[in-house]
Amino acid sequence: MSILIDKNTKVIVQGITGTQGSFHTRRMIDYGTQVVAGVTPGKGGQEVHGVPVYNSMAEAVAEHSADFSVLFVPAKFAKDAAIDALSNGLNVVFITEDTPIHDVIKVMDVARDKGKIVVGPNCPGMISPGQSKIGIMPNHIFLEGNVGVVSRSGTLTYEVINELTRKGIGQSTCIGIGGDAIIGTNFIDVLKLFEKDKDTEKIVLLGEIGGDQEEKAAEFIKKNVTKKVVAYIAGITAPKGKRMGHAGAIISGDSGTAESKIKAFEEAGVKVAKLPSGIVELL
Amino acid sequence: MKLKEYQGKAIFKKNGIRIQEGFPVNSVDEIQGKLSELDSSEYVIKAQVLVGGRGKSGGVKFATKEDIEDVAKSILGMDLKGEKVDQILVCEKLDFLGELYVSIVVNRVEKGLTLIVSLEGGVDIEELAKTSPSKVIKMPMSEFSPGSLMEKLKGFEHATELVEIVEKLAKSMVESDAELVEINPLAITPKGLVAADSKVIIDDNALFRHPEFTSQKESELTPIEKEANKAGVAYVELDGNIAIIGNGAGLVMATLDAIGHYGGKPANFLDVGGGASVEKMEKSLEICMKKDPKGIFINIFGGITRCDNIAQGLVDYISKNEIKIPMVVRLIGTNEAEGQKILTENKIDTLATMGECAEKIVSLVK
Repeated sequence: MSILIDKNTKVIVQGITGTQGSFHTRRMIDYGTQVVAGVTPGKGGQEVHGVPVYNSMAEAVAEHSADFSVLFVPAKFAKDAAIDALSNGLNVVFITEDTPIHDVIKVMDVARDKGKIVVGPNCPGMISPGQSKIGIMPNHIFLEGNVGVVSRSGTLTYEVINELTRKGIGQSTCIGIGGDAIIGTNFIDVLKLFEKDKDTEKIVLLGEIGGDQEEKAAEFIKKNVTKKVVAYIAGITAPKGKRMGHAGAIISGDSGTAESKIKAFEEAGVKVAKLPSGIVELL
Repeated sequence: MKLKEYQGKAIFKKNGIRIQEGFPVNSVDEIQGKLSELDSSEYVIKAQVLVGGRGKSGGVKFATKEDIEDVAKSILGMDLKGEKVDQILVCEKLDFLGELYVSIVVNRVEKGLTLIVSLEGGVDIEELAKTSPSKVIKMPMSEFSPGSLMEKLKGFEHATELVEIVEKLAKSMVESDAELVEINPLAITPKGLVAADSKVIIDDNALFRHPEFTSQKESELTPIEKEANKAGVAYVELDGNIAIIGNGAGLVMATLDAIGHYGGKPANFLDVGGGASVEKMEKSLEICMKKDPKGIFINIFGGITRCDNIAQGLVDYISKNEIKIPMVVRLIGTNEAEGQKILTENKIDTLATMGECAEKIVSLVK
């Protein structure tokens, strides 16, 4: 099948009346996603591409059952919107970028309390080709198939998917987990799901510098993943990041360089491509 | 954004943490008039810079009332690892009986905050965590309570005071939207525990809630970075000669790597960001042309970004400014057909893959 999202998944769009929200609602509907409602405070009663708009998540879920909310709300208001969705029983795909880190931590606390999933923030969402899409990925580059893709970056994912599709290699599900320091669903969460999914035969993992999520994923793969995994790490020529706090990454056990991540994967038997296009050959 | 020592200390003091008192000055003349503010007969002069390891590089010195101006003069204007010292902090000299370490950091794995405490302060905590992990207490803030930390500090003379400081530090962190708050060293003195230094990093994404730091953030940027910041594009100046415009941090990083892979050197990192408008693209071109690059590579894979906006921005820029250097363009994703049409009408060629583009621009620039 696929993981997290399929043709039966029902979606509510938060921030549906904004430019991005409206544009991508159209694209999601075109792809076959079941968009059942939208939420924008103060805009209740309107319709966007035939989708009814409500003032709050509570009003929307009173009329429609849904699995996921997708968030196109500006960063200043994203925390409240995400908590609104989680509190009303929805999982959240958090598209918005530049959300303050303490706001994100509060959202994660609520998600943990409610037992709900957050994908992102600062992510492109997820898609099960031929079935459904929640997010902003360009519709036409995907192809149905058996490769699962998980990535910290949006555009880098498209880059690799495009190469796969050009070579006729289809995808089961593609998930952008987000580029922020704190994200909900991480590499290991997705690897677990891909490992269990019957329709995923091989896995592509796209990482980048910063933090030690890749090193942790490599450790996990070594012990728990039987399917073939190939990887690419962006940022081998990047200068040292300015935004990273010093003690954070290092005390957690390792540094955040591309070299460290590549080494960890190679030690776990995961081949790492030198360029994104190299992924196809490694598969 | 990193705060200077005196700014971090001010936040700590506001939240009730006792700090090593001092005042910042930008010139030697300001010192004598303010010395009476300090209840001390000996002083410490500290360079207010953001680079680490200033003590070992001569950026921290003791002084007396008599030689304080000479000491200040020797630090003001000095070059500390590439950072010019234009401000110093004149502090009271503390009577150190011992040193502790305490910090709260963002923990990616825990999706929360982690408290780090060590009874050996003044050291490189990263090194200590590696060599003697038992001397470092680490605890998720979600599990922190005065009792739980007291338990771990059993037998330590200043445990109660230290626990109070942790609570105040946590408050300081949330209130100032910090990604990191650190006191190293936290001095044990006859008066009690005193923050003898501060390290605070404010989350750039939260600056809208802290207008007091906006102008300082601006002042840290190079002129080109300032313009990029204003335009809302992520820009990092690099030392090569091929200008790069892309969308999404991962793709732009991969683009730099591809240039490097084929033997070229990028002049900059420029991410136009998600959903870039026509104007933003035009501005991005203007920004990356300022470094006078020898070639330019535009690599767009539209998701939230629309290819037609990018194409129009490029055409608008060219209609006002001729691009005389080699240029390669790759434009795919959302609204690709519309974008390609705009480029074709304006006789701009594109290539299909990032690899082809990188190889071509590197060969054209050589």
